[in-house]
Parts: sequence; structure tokens; C-alpha cells
Amino acid sequence: MEYEEAKQKIVEGLQKKQKVKSKFYFNDLAKILDEKPRVAKKLINQMITDGVLEYWSSGSTSMYGLKGAGKQAGAEHEEASDKE
Amino acid sequence: MKHETPLLDQLETGPWPSFVSDLKQEAEKRAKNEEGTEFQIPVDVVDDLIGVLELSYKHGCTHWKHGGIVGVFGYGGGVIGRYCDQPEMFPGVAHFHTLRVNQPAGHFYTTKYLRELCDLWDFRGSGVTNMHGSTGDIIFIGTTTKQLEEIFYEMTHKLDQDLGGSGSNLRTPSDCIGQARCEFACYDTQDLCYELTQEYQDELHRPAFPYKFKFKFDGCPNCCVASIARADLSFIGTWRDDIKIDQEVVQAYMGGEIAPNGGAHKDRDWGPFDIQKEVIDRCPTKCMWMDGKELKIDNKECTRCMHCINVMPRALRIGNDRGVTILAGAKAPILDGAQMGSLLVPFMKVEPPYDEIKEKVIEPIWDWWMEEGKNRERLGELMKRQGFQKLLEVTGFDPDPRMIQEPRSNPYVFWKEEEVPGGWSRDINEFRKQHQR
Repeated sequence: MEYEEAKQKIVEGLQKKQKVKSKFYFNDLAKILDEKPRVAKKLINQMITDGVLEYWSSGSTSMYGLKGAGKQAGAEHEEASDKE
Repeated sequence: MKHETPLLDQLETGPWPSFVSDLKQEAEKRAKNEEGTEFQIPVDVVDDLIGVLELSYKHGCTHWKHGGIVGVFGYGGGVIGRYCDQPEMFPGVAHFHTLRVNQPAGHFYTTKYLRELCDLWDFRGSGVTNMHGSTGDIIFIGTTTKQLEEIFYEMTHKLDQDLGGSGSNLRTPSDCIGQARCEFACYDTQDLCYELTQEYQDELHRPAFPYKFKFKFDGCPNCCVASIARADLSFIGTWRDDIKIDQEVVQAYMGGEIAPNGGAHKDRDWGPFDIQKEVIDRCPTKCMWMDGKELKIDNKECTRCMHCINVMPRALRIGNDRGVTILAGAKAPILDGAQMGSLLVPFMKVEPPYDEIKEKVIEPIWDWWMEEGKNRERLGELMKRQGFQKLLEVTGFDPDPRMIQEPRSNPYVFWKEEEVPGGWSRDINEFRKQHQR
């Protein structure tokens, strides 16, 4: 899959769900791209580098979101608590 | 102290060294600042840390929020965002992020290196560290967002030091001291740990796994880094020939000339060394006996418990044909309870560049887990959900009796039709002629 096409799919896919949630697991993104994890990883990494996506980490779990989307430092306690 | 801490003070009264005393000492050191450090985060950060902890004890709940987007450029792990939910009361810890530092293999470092790390952390962080806790890595506890890139630059450019793994990444690989100092080490744990750390940099720093994944390397079955209990893939050194016996030295132990266990129990009089009671009868598979003055071992029954070698290290030594046993799926309890590793590879030689380990074990397992693993599912849980046989299928290893704890207790090996000569397809109508429904 071409990068630009992947970017469009991810941005549209995540924006569609924006009202429900702003952080997504890697597998959710791979599913949107309909690609195997290793192929999806390359595309998603590029989106991180380009500032389309950003990482979110609880310490034990990592998630992805559209840059600047959703609640940030002010209200990050909604995620289920877990052990590092 | 800045805050009254009656509840924390009580913790210091117990018999053990207290982290409260350590924190108070650090708070005092920062307040005095005798070394003239130009602190880049609030001087009273440790005071406020003590304060917020006291408040948590009082309220019976935490005052830390959960996670964040902070990190350093290009890395998805190694930095964990921490924010306090009482920033007005405790401004020093309003932003209090954690950094993970990739510890040197085998925890080998010089005091100079350690001092440089601490100086950097005093300058740009709270000064509070967690050295080699259950994760094994070095944890820097508490700094502000602005300091993260500065610390990362200093570490990577001046100290030749990388961040460790956190989040849904390969976690910082961890190993025992290995052949550097230990005669029991069956392979070079430090080399394998270092090589895999370098090889899998992408997995360490860019999270794309369903959850955390840990490698741990133990040079022998004494398991000093407890890989069997904690690592998704544990590499435990072993040998497949015979334990080497020096009969003369066995006699020296029996005659009391050499202290058993390297003298570890000599502070108390346990009476004369009794090889029957302390070694032979303790063997879990009863594979040892005395034949006159000779100690005999039925090596094929040995399960590598290491007890006899630990008690008489000068008389008994690990075999010469050495390699590694690989177990999969250990984890601590969060979902599904704690699990020990299950044996996947009974024996494999450990030879650089370790292609067999990478290509036959690690990468097929990752491919399977990345594709099939549910969000926040560890390898051990996937193995339980889809079955050990599936793990054998994806890695291509043959089922082996050593993978089964005892006969008939975990019948996970099933034959498939294509594996049986002639198959087993049948004509149901023919079958029904002889068998009623």
C-alpha cells in the first residue's frame, strides 16, 4: 500500500471514531489498513515521524492517536489502570 | 521537611531500611545543594513527592494520573508520562515523568559510569532512581517534559547509553552475570543479550506488539534473573552430556576439608557434612548414589536442578556440550494469573551470530503473536488460548516428551489426518452399517 493512501485511510478511520475514543491499539490501526502487522508498522512509524500520529503510553501499554486529538495530560486517568 | 508526614514516618520505624528515609535524605541533599548543582527542575521535587505520598496514604488512593503522550523523538517507549492530580499543593511533582535506561548487560558498570548517570539525573531530574528492580533496568523517577530530550541527548551522545523499553515493546533484555564471573554459565549470556538488543532495536523502541514482551537470559538453571518465571522467552543455559565429577574432591567435601556451598552456611554449626543427607537424598530424580567411595550419577535422569553442583562446586561441574533451553510464556499475574514458562526448545547450541535463535524461535513467535494476539494479551495467554500445539506449528518444532509435565495430564498433542499414513477418512454409510446412531 502506498503511504499517502495509508495515511488517508488512518486519518479518516480515526476521525470517524473520534467521538467515541481518541486512542487506539496498534491492531486497530493494522485492521484499518488491512495489512499484516509488519507492513502496517512501517507505514504507522512513518506517520509518527511525520507528525500525523502520536504515541500514548500508560507505562505498560502503548497506544496511538491523531496528533493533538483527545484529552491529554489534563485528563488521562480514564484509561483502565494497570501494572507497569 | 516541607510537609508533615506522620504516616510515612511510621514506615521508618520498622526493622528494614526504609525508602522514606532515602527520600528524606535526598530532599535534604537537594535543599542544602552543597555541590552547587544548577537544578533544572524544582529543588523541592522530592519534598513534594513525599508530600503527595503522605496524602495518598491519608486518602487511601493514588494522586497520580495515568500515562501520557510524552517521549523523545523517534521513540515510542522509554519515557512514561506521570502527572500529579494535586499540582497546586505539590507543584514540584506536577510533571513527574519516568525514564527507563537500558542497563549494561550483566549489570556491569564502573563507578565512573554510575556517577555520570547520577550527576545527570541530579542536574535534570529528581535524583531518585530505582536500580534494577523486578524489571532489571535502571529507572529514573521524576522529571519535567522539557528535560526529556536534553537527558536523551546527554545519555546517547556523552554516556554512550540508550533508553530502555516500556509500553507494548520489547522490554530491555536482561541477563545474569554469565561467563564473566560464573563457572556455571553454559553460554555467553552477555553476548547473546547484547546481540539481540542490537538486532531488535526497532522492536525495543517502536511499539507494535499487542503488549509487553520480555527476553531474559540465565546462564544456568540456577536462574539468577528468574527468566523462567518472568520472561515471555526465557533462555536458560544447560548441557547435554554428563556432569563432570572429580572423585578426589568429593572425598575432600565428605572429609570436611572443603566447606559445602562455597562456605555460604559456615556462620552456624550444622554438624559434619553428610553427602547422603545433603546431596544424594535431595536429588529430585534420585539419580545419584555412592558406589563404595565413588559418587555415581545417572545423567539421563538429571533434571538440571543444580543442587548437587551448588553444594559441591569444586567436585561437580557442568558438562562440556553446552547450549540453551528455551521456554515460552512466563508472566506475572494481571490477566489469567501468573504462569511459569513452558518448555519449547529442549536444547539448542548458542553460537554467534545466533541466527537459529532469531529465525527459528523469536521471529516466528512474534509473527504469530502480532497477528493473533489480542490487545494486552501476553504470549503465555495466547499459548493458553490457542494451545501449545499451535506454538509448535508456528515454530516448526516437533512435540517432545520433555514438553509434558507428566503423562496424560496435558494432552495437547493431537494428530492431524495428513500426519497419519493413509489418513483416516471414512465412509460414514459404511460406518453406520456396523454402528447404530
